Amino acid sequence: MSDSAPRDPVSAATTEPRFVRVALVTVALTFLTLFLFVPLAAVFYEALRKGIGVYLAAIADPYALAAIRLTLLSVVFAVPLNMAFGVTAAWAIAKFEFRGKSVLITLIDLPFAVSPVIAGMIYVLLFGAQGWLGPWLGAHDIKIIFAVPGIVLATVFVTVPFIARELIPLMQAQGTDEEEAALVLGADGWLTFWRITLPNIRWGLLYGVVLCTARAMGEFGAVSVVSGHIRGLTNTLPLHVEILYNEYQFAAAFACASLLTFLALVMLAFKALIERRALRQRRSALAMETSS
Amino acid sequence: MSIEIQQLHKCFGAFVALDHVDLTIPPGQLVALLGPSGCGKTTLLRIIAGLETADRGRVLFDGEDATRRHVRERGVGFVFQHYALFQHMTVFENIAFGLRVRPRAVRPPEAAIRAKVSALLDLVQMGWLANRYPSQLSGGQRQRIALARALAVEPQVLLLDEPFGALDTKVRKELRRWLRRLHDELHITSVFVTHDQEEALEVADRIVVMNHGRIEQIGSPQEVYDAPATPFVYQFLGNINLFHSRVHAGWARVGGLRVRVPEYGDTEHAPAMAYVRPHDIDLLREPEDGDTTLTATISRVSLLGSLVRLELIQSPDGEIAEVEMTRERYAADPLQIGDLVFVKPRQVRVFLHDNPKAAIPAYQWSGDGDGI
Repeated sequence: MSDSAPRDPVSAATTEPRFVRVALVTVALTFLTLFLFVPLAAVFYEALRKGIGVYLAAIADPYALAAIRLTLLSVVFAVPLNMAFGVTAAWAIAKFEFRGKSVLITLIDLPFAVSPVIAGMIYVLLFGAQGWLGPWLGAHDIKIIFAVPGIVLATVFVTVPFIARELIPLMQAQGTDEEEAALVLGADGWLTFWRITLPNIRWGLLYGVVLCTARAMGEFGAVSVVSGHIRGLTNTLPLHVEILYNEYQFAAAFACASLLTFLALVMLAFKALIERRALRQRRSALAMETSS
Repeated sequence: MSIEIQQLHKCFGAFVALDHVDLTIPPGQLVALLGPSGCGKTTLLRIIAGLETADRGRVLFDGEDATRRHVRERGVGFVFQHYALFQHMTVFENIAFGLRVRPRAVRPPEAAIRAKVSALLDLVQMGWLANRYPSQLSGGQRQRIALARALAVEPQVLLLDEPFGALDTKVRKELRRWLRRLHDELHITSVFVTHDQEEALEVADRIVVMNHGRIEQIGSPQEVYDAPATPFVYQFLGNINLFHSRVHAGWARVGGLRVRVPEYGDTEHAPAMAYVRPHDIDLLREPEDGDTTLTATISRVSLLGSLVRLELIQSPDGEIAEVEMTRERYAADPLQIGDLVFVKPRQVRVFLHDNPKAAIPAYQWSGDGDGI
């Protein structure tokens, strides 16, 4: 197994003179500092500028709490839904041949390609009062647009690709040998999925879930269109930040923004952790194939 | 358990993987499906296992139609080329898997599972690896574990898809001897796929030689090697020399050499190919009476361990032929590059161009052939 150790990508042939390396690293670091680190620090600085009392008050505000609740609610719906869809789609694409496979792969990428605002507009067009299904929904007293279901739908739409995209290459690389082995040994499809497939994709899946969660919490564009900005009812945390900012309550706006930022950083930390585990797993899988 | 294949046909798009194949495998035998890649051998194995479905034809187990039976219910053990061990399970759990996934009613109790797995680990001599993960094992160890896992469910049929294909030469040799011994102990009807003729000749009771989705020949290792039914089998099993030939009224002419071919008694002036194995040739210093030799010059001498391989250039047409002999025999008369020799094949097989499937026993050369 010793030959499976990762080879250093920098070899004598591909390295550059010292000054080139220093210059490249400097450019990258300067860019990151200016455009990422400084704004990040500014968020926390602005949030705490008027003291911790104002900060806590801004977060404990009933509207802020409602916004937090709604954000978490949309995460709670969007993530499991996309988990189910992502695993199903990746399974179908990686393990079967069928007509329309490439169409399905392209469709999964659609939310990446389309502006989130348009995603929101589509739902308004479909479910809004003047939309296609509007009259029927109105007659049955079902509210989707300017209500919680619309926000959840918009969030789900925007986050569709994350889990599926993560799993498709992973499952394609793993092939179907282990599943076939399980079937020959007498396991049914359900058991094979739970005992063989799922454990094999667990790190990839978790990685997708983290990305999906981060995006679901931060989504602004699509949600903004369908929300209607009703305080305490249909405002998610990003929308709440915008409203506070527009009302010149900078400290409160940044306080809520810092909360979102903090959650994003936590997700990033998770992501880094999982990435490391997944990489290790992929390496050992690779070693399985190459060493013999 | 016996396996019977009837008129099995399978296409992948426009590619014909199996072309109406018939095959009977008697119980308890170890059979090799031998052929080049793309000949349909793996497809045939996977259809027997139920991992693939045939377009037409039937698979019978012990005379019972199993064509529609699900892979779960076929009672086969399958060993994959790349092992397909469950990476997240220990060796022990890998072997126990087939027992643990049984419905509760027929699942053995935990103690019985443990005993069974231990027994299997002993059988494959891997008891000390029970708690390792597959990624911590060598290729040879993984394949033994894969075999133990397949045997855990007590299959009626054992199917192995290029089981030693991913291993290096030394481990491969060890493992195939071990597989042979294991089969002699267990007597499970076994079918293994290979493209390595040496492996098939050494391990199998019977060899099924396949090409282009068809079976070329079925027979014991000796039969397929000594009496190949088709030019393909001749070429695929071992090295050959090819000579252009013409057949007329029971005689084949190869350069200055005349070979009696009674099976082509009625053939007139037909182009043919003569096949001679490198070790079925004697090299003489002096010409013999009658048209029994070809003339050639030694162009190269290579020492290959216990064998010596000589490359000859035939006169007058300059075609190249190879001769193999033991070192001892070479030492008795060490021919040098540039020496003129008279080539006397001990055994020649002639196939007509338009009738490549002629399945007639080879013409046996009489005389002083001492064999190798």
